[in-house]
Formats: sequence, C-alpha cells, structure tokens
Amino acid sequence: MTTTNTAPRPAFLDESETDRKLCIICSKGTLDMAYPGLVLANAALGEGIETNIFFTFWGLDMIAKKRMASLKATPVGNTAMHMPQAIGPIPGMTAMATRMMKKEISKLGFPEVPEFLQTLVDSGAHLWACKMSTDMMKLDPDELFDGVEGIIGATEFMEMSEGAQIIFI
Amino acid sequence: MTTTTISGREVHIDAEGFMTDPAEWAEELAPALAKQVGIDEITPDHLAVIRFLREDFATQGETPTLRRISTVAGVPTKRLFELFPKKPGKKMAFVAGLPKPQGCI
Repeated sequence: MTTTNTAPRPAFLDESETDRKLCIICSKGTLDMAYPGLVLANAALGEGIETNIFFTFWGLDMIAKKRMASLKATPVGNTAMHMPQAIGPIPGMTAMATRMMKKEISKLGFPEVPEFLQTLVDSGAHLWACKMSTDMMKLDPDELFDGVEGIIGATEFMEMSEGAQIIFI
Repeated sequence: MTTTTISGREVHIDAEGFMTDPAEWAEELAPALAKQVGIDEITPDHLAVIRFLREDFATQGETPTLRRISTVAGVPTKRLFELFPKKPGKKMAFVAGLPKPQGCI
C-alpha cells in the first residue's frame, strides 16, 4: 500500500488526450448503419475530443429533415439477420425489421436519430453535409437538420480533417 | 491499492485517481476533488448534479451516463458540458467519488 499526501491529478486529464481530433464520415442511410457513427461521436465528445461528422451519399438521409426520423433496417442482403435470404424481400419485412430494431434500441436507452443528433450538437459536435451529395439529391440547406453547420466539398473536408483520426462508416 | 489524503480525510483511489470506495466520500470532499479537475468553484448547480449521481449510483449500482442525467435528472446536455467542461462524464464521477461511467451513452 502506498500513501500519498496530495490528491494526485487524475490520469484522465493528461494533456496529450485533449488534443485529439476525430472526423467521422457517415455514408449510409439505414437505421443500423446510422448508430455506429452517432455512438462513436457521442463517446468522443464525452472525452473532450473535437468531433466533426461529414454526411455523404446515403448518409445524407440521417440529416434530411424529411427522412431522418424514418430510417429503416432491412434484412435484404444482410445475412447477420439470420433468416433465409428469400424471406427478406417479402412485403412488410423491412417495416417489421425496422420496428424490431427501434424497439431494441429504445430498450437500451438510446435516443432516436433526430434526438441523438441534437444531443451531439449540444455536446459540441460539428455536422457537415457533402456538397456533391446535396447537389445530386437536390437538397436545399433548409431541408437539412438545423444543427448542420454547412455544406462543404471534399477539399474543405480535407482541410478540416488535418491531423484528425478519420472513421468511415 | 493507493491511499491519498483529501481535505484531511484518507481515501482509497485507483490508478486513474478515482475513489474506489463510495462510502469514503462525503460532500465536504467535493470542492477539493473538483479543484483537481479544474473546477475552482463548486456551485449549487454542480452540487445538484453530484447529488443526483450519488443517489442514482446508490439505487442502480452504476454511475449514470450523461444521457441518463439529462433524461432522468432533467439537466440539459449543454449545461452538463458547461458545468464540467471537456470530459463531463469522468469529471462529475470523479468529484462524486464514483467509478467512471461505463455506458455507451
């Protein structure tokens, strides 16, 4: 047993950790692929890590006001849902899979996507929409979630992510 | 196991500096612990959060996460980041003499 007389500065306050910067690229628009980025961003923000999230291609559905609350999970092409592949495309299966997943997510205490994004913004996250994708999908800035700071191109993303760790989802 | 003296009281801490026995904590220790994480003055708002953490830990057996504090205690996320900047979850657990939160959200 060691005894010290002054309360030590806690190890989690090491300066080296507070310089970390993270960029997460969200490129998928399904419910199951929305959560990994959101959960990681939330964890990063709670650790004092500067966090930027860049939404591109199908990932734009996560921040499109019209779609963000109704992302879906589908068994089609997903062997990890453990059912015969022929059942997946039957009408109603996607709705059922979505309902089940939403129920499980809510049981764990996780918020739905719009509320989750608001929590991230409140925690200091920066959200960005991809210029090429918004042009392609003909989305105006006012059709995007209010927490989105801007629409930027790939070059700006490169500038912004200098020195950051990048996660592509 | 390491012991340290905070405000004249001997307590056990782990390698990261978190107190390991919640029973050794008392509210009088909060200001000294808060100073260690860069919070120079404990306000009633800080204390309200710390008290919620203690009560919730006593009933749930684990340190509440930021989401639990905002949804159950009603303190907005933004406010938690203002009160305990940068690493709110760990800082408030540290000040409350509890283990760091384990939950993903």
